[in-house]
Amino acid sequence: MLLTLAGPAAQALEAVPRWLVLHPHWVWLTVALPLAGFLINGKLAIAASGPVPLLPPKLAQRITEMVRRYQHGIVTVVGTGVLLAAFVVSLMLFLGFQFLDTQSAYVLRLWSWIPVGRFQVDMALQVDQLSLVMLLVVTGVGSLIHLFSVGYMREDPGYARYFAYLNLFIAFMLVLVLGSSFLVMFIGWEGVGLCSYLLIGFWFEDKANSDAGKKAFLVNRIGDVGFMIAMFMIWTTVGSLDFSTVLRELPAAVPVGGALITAITMFLFLGATGKSAQIPLYVWLPDAMAGPTPVSALIHAATMVTAGVYLVARTGVLFAMAPISSTIVAGVGVVTALFAASMALRQYDIKKVLAYSTISQLGYMFLGVGTGAFAAGIFHLITHAFFKALLFLGAGSVIHAMHHAYHEVHSSEDAQDMRNMGGLRKAMPWTTVLMWIAALAIAGMPLSGFFSKDEILAYAFGRGHDNPVFYLYYVLGIVTALMTAFYMARLMAMTFHGKSRTGADAEPYLHEAPWIMTGPLVVLGILTVFGGMINLPTWAGGHHWLQSWLLPITATAEMYLRPELPHGTTEYVLIGLALTAALVGLVAGYRLTVGQTIVPARDAPEERGFWKVLYHKYYVDELYDAVIVRPLILFSQRFLWKGVDTRVVDGVFVNGSAGISRFLGQIGSRFQTGQLGFYVLLFVLGALWILRAMVGGG
Amino acid sequence: MTDFLSSLGYAQWIIPVLLLVPVAGILPILLAPAAQAKRIALVVSTVVFVVSLGLWWAFDATSGNFQFAATLPWMPFWGIYYRVGIDGISLFMVLLSTAMMPLAVLGSWHYITKAERGYYALLLAMTSGMVGVFVALDLFLFYFFWELILIPMYFIIGVWGGPNRLYATIKFFLYTMFGSLLMLVAILLMVWQTAHTTGIVSFDYAFLLEHAGELGSAAPWYFAAFALAFAIKVPMVPFHTWLPDAHTEAPTAGSVLLAAVLLKMGTYGFLRFAVPLFPDVAMSPPVTALFISLAVIGIIHGALVAMVQPDVKRLVAYSSVSHMGFAMLGIWAATVQSVQGALMVMIGHGLATGALFFLVGMLYERRHSRMFADFGGLARVIPLFSLMLTITALASIGLPGLSGFVGEFLVLLGSFENHPWATGIATTGVVFAAAYMLWAVQRIIYNPLVQPENKALAGHDLNLREVLVVLPLIFGMIWLGLYPKPVLRRMEAAATRFVEFSIPRAVTVQTADGSETEGAK
Repeated sequence: MLLTLAGPAAQALEAVPRWLVLHPHWVWLTVALPLAGFLINGKLAIAASGPVPLLPPKLAQRITEMVRRYQHGIVTVVGTGVLLAAFVVSLMLFLGFQFLDTQSAYVLRLWSWIPVGRFQVDMALQVDQLSLVMLLVVTGVGSLIHLFSVGYMREDPGYARYFAYLNLFIAFMLVLVLGSSFLVMFIGWEGVGLCSYLLIGFWFEDKANSDAGKKAFLVNRIGDVGFMIAMFMIWTTVGSLDFSTVLRELPAAVPVGGALITAITMFLFLGATGKSAQIPLYVWLPDAMAGPTPVSALIHAATMVTAGVYLVARTGVLFAMAPISSTIVAGVGVVTALFAASMALRQYDIKKVLAYSTISQLGYMFLGVGTGAFAAGIFHLITHAFFKALLFLGAGSVIHAMHHAYHEVHSSEDAQDMRNMGGLRKAMPWTTVLMWIAALAIAGMPLSGFFSKDEILAYAFGRGHDNPVFYLYYVLGIVTALMTAFYMARLMAMTFHGKSRTGADAEPYLHEAPWIMTGPLVVLGILTVFGGMINLPTWAGGHHWLQSWLLPITATAEMYLRPELPHGTTEYVLIGLALTAALVGLVAGYRLTVGQTIVPARDAPEERGFWKVLYHKYYVDELYDAVIVRPLILFSQRFLWKGVDTRVVDGVFVNGSAGISRFLGQIGSRFQTGQLGFYVLLFVLGALWILRAMVGGG
Repeated sequence: MTDFLSSLGYAQWIIPVLLLVPVAGILPILLAPAAQAKRIALVVSTVVFVVSLGLWWAFDATSGNFQFAATLPWMPFWGIYYRVGIDGISLFMVLLSTAMMPLAVLGSWHYITKAERGYYALLLAMTSGMVGVFVALDLFLFYFFWELILIPMYFIIGVWGGPNRLYATIKFFLYTMFGSLLMLVAILLMVWQTAHTTGIVSFDYAFLLEHAGELGSAAPWYFAAFALAFAIKVPMVPFHTWLPDAHTEAPTAGSVLLAAVLLKMGTYGFLRFAVPLFPDVAMSPPVTALFISLAVIGIIHGALVAMVQPDVKRLVAYSSVSHMGFAMLGIWAATVQSVQGALMVMIGHGLATGALFFLVGMLYERRHSRMFADFGGLARVIPLFSLMLTITALASIGLPGLSGFVGEFLVLLGSFENHPWATGIATTGVVFAAAYMLWAVQRIIYNPLVQPENKALAGHDLNLREVLVVLPLIFGMIWLGLYPKPVLRRMEAAATRFVEFSIPRAVTVQTADGSETEGAK
């Protein structure tokens, strides 16, 4: 669909050929494409596993044979094709949005979804500055990870099922970011949770994997209860769930800093802590690493887990109106960042390190949006999507190589344990270089991650002027940065440097991944290096493009909360501090790890002292299990079921006491001899008499 | 379509046809060879379903009144008439009943091997009874159909049920009989008392509704009798323990009909009779508090006990207790959103739980077990079954975009304003629902495939007949989840009417000592 040029943007964009732009009302395509991919791949997954029951057997058999032969190719083309197409559409929508004469949100109403009296919710998608940015990240990074998966999952028997789930995930993720109301967003919100569940438990025959999937879904649902209660409160207050109406009318309807707005935002944040793995609901994310590694990269690092940050940014004005809530959001964020980083210090599973690192980085994002620096939070969300996807895919290449090598020599060693790696740089030069780029970015060297993290910390420092607790947040943030640099350097050193611990027989089989896997890594590497440019600060020669682009979204929030960036000397001191922390962490992490003798996992001694506590993740899982899960199951089984239902209700009221039992037995026997009618008659008459007496003559 | 139907005079004959055709179908079943019984039952129930579909178009969504109404004398001397009609509340209950029946027949195809004629005859009798309950507008007629259903269900469980069927049937019979006989007594006394004051003996619903405000101090007792009968049927905690036993012992189709239709007779009874007839009692603060508490307790209790069941069918039965708690909460919150939500919960639960029982039955036919301990890893050997189980389970736990969500969400949304704490607690039910259902799914289709009996299932995935049983239900779940508007639109007027009725009326009531007092406004 072509557009007429209008507005002041026209001149600047005249150079863009018109066939390159799309009107926002084509946004449904971005959801429809992956959804179609899901249906096709899903059909193939089912067809491949057995006969098609709805067709005559002969035809069904021929189809099955054909599908088996070409399935792999079809799945690859469809699975990745729809994503690339959705990415292209997203780009064209992005360009098209510049051509609109107004830059306000465009809402595409598809159909009326749940209309009941005053309650009206449309199935509608919203295109605005924030959703466009998310759209590009999800389809862009998503495409790269789909491509990587072609290589990574090539030999898996569930190839079609894998791509079906992955496509479905993208469709739900886009509904999440494009939904124009809380409720449509909630479809995506729970939908991505479902896909996460299915993909974590993808190799479901291992009980640990399906346990992990279930845990993820359940913990997320605890958060969803918060999301739902927040929706009830919002609707009761303003009678709508549409973002545009709510964000316009709620500020006028409730007092700033009042109990209601604080409650609404806290319940929303409870939802966010579930999806984005923050304290106290972070426990599902480390277990989620049971899924295939590209899934960890896509869902559990780059996209889904950032949904909570997106939610807070989307409803930024509400959080800005509730200073208590925003302070708690920032606090929970930074404490989670620190807590998770400390656990990452002593993990040996390469994916677990990255998982805790993700929780930690998400904490930074919450520190950002809680501080009121919404653009900075989104900025970190984007750069994190680049470098964390790169780290996970890099780890995927490593695991791929390790797995193959161990497979060749029929070894059952752990392919993910860094104690079994070491010296991989010789076999995997590309991966080594690319992962170092990502590691430097996350550690806080002046690549993309540095700018976004630095901005969050600077804003937090700035807000300390009004609320001194933010100075503490800043300090915790810097300490976390130090730890981040340390555990990343440790990860790199253990994996790629030092002596090989893979085992002499397996070592020759280590190799670089095929180009279909390394290619996306290279692209992500470029994005990791240059991604910071989208919001380059003034001192580095930029002009905060992302921040001004998101201004239509964040402007209302800034009326209530506007943290200032420090200027002049303070600014440079803060930058210097951040860089120092990063450098110290990197050097210390690398030197200490390389200098140490690392024993392969098989022979590794038991952890001791505080290291043991860290290795066991502060025993939080065990604590939850002992305090919540087990008591609840025991309570349900012993008290509610065997106690209340069986002993009290059935026992006392139905047939427990000897008299009633006998009575029941008698009725039972009469019943079979056809005397029941008599009892029923007696019963009716008796009841009639009693009720008559009660009523007392009416 | 509407014009075509009115040219056929559809509105005049549809209800008699729905009541009589199933019963008429019994005769050929009894005459034909036993092997043909299921075919005849399938044809008859399919015809009834197809004919009933016309209601969808012939129903006027803008009207909150009873449509397709008719009155014929039955026992006019006693004021008993054949009075029927359909409004937005009963419309979907009727459609749910007629839709489930062909599926129930198809689902029993190979499961029922003894006394087939009797079995299918009873199923058809039940069809008439179910439709009758939902269309009757005469309290005697209603009671007649209400009891009529009990008998086929009793035999279906008692004759074709599992090993522990005798205990289950007696429990089922005593529980429901206990409640419904009290209801009969209340009906009779109410009519008698109204006749006393007005001089007219009538079981007419509209007439009694008009004069229900004059019952005075007896109203709470009448309400209690009605409420007990309906609460047992729903079932509400603490009257729910008959359900797990009845469900577990019933043959597949029995469980399906029990869950999909029979339980709804309870909530329907509240919506049609107990609340509108006695709003001053039902909506008084203590009674509201009692029912909302029981509803919320039911939601949580049902879900928690479901979680620890070792038997798949018992789990689904307890999940029904939990789901019906949502419906009760919606009814007692009495806002347009919550009441329509309650109706959507009833429909959604009918689809999802019906499908769950079908699927469990299909599994039972293959493995002759319903114990979680006997399953595991089935997704590897019977993927189509696993897919359908997953979709159904997700619809059941209220995943947005599937049928369960719309009802649950509307109930909670509509209840929150007046009952925030109860709603808050009820909302946590979604976590427990996910807990029991996902754990159940995991223990059936995921985890290692170790047992040889399970490995032997390879190649024995759902066949065409089974797919045809479950697929329509799955289609319904997706449709109602994504585009419930046509359904919501048709029930809105009736739900609004219910909400208006449930506001206690300003009437002059006679107290027991004869003095006049002003009732609650």
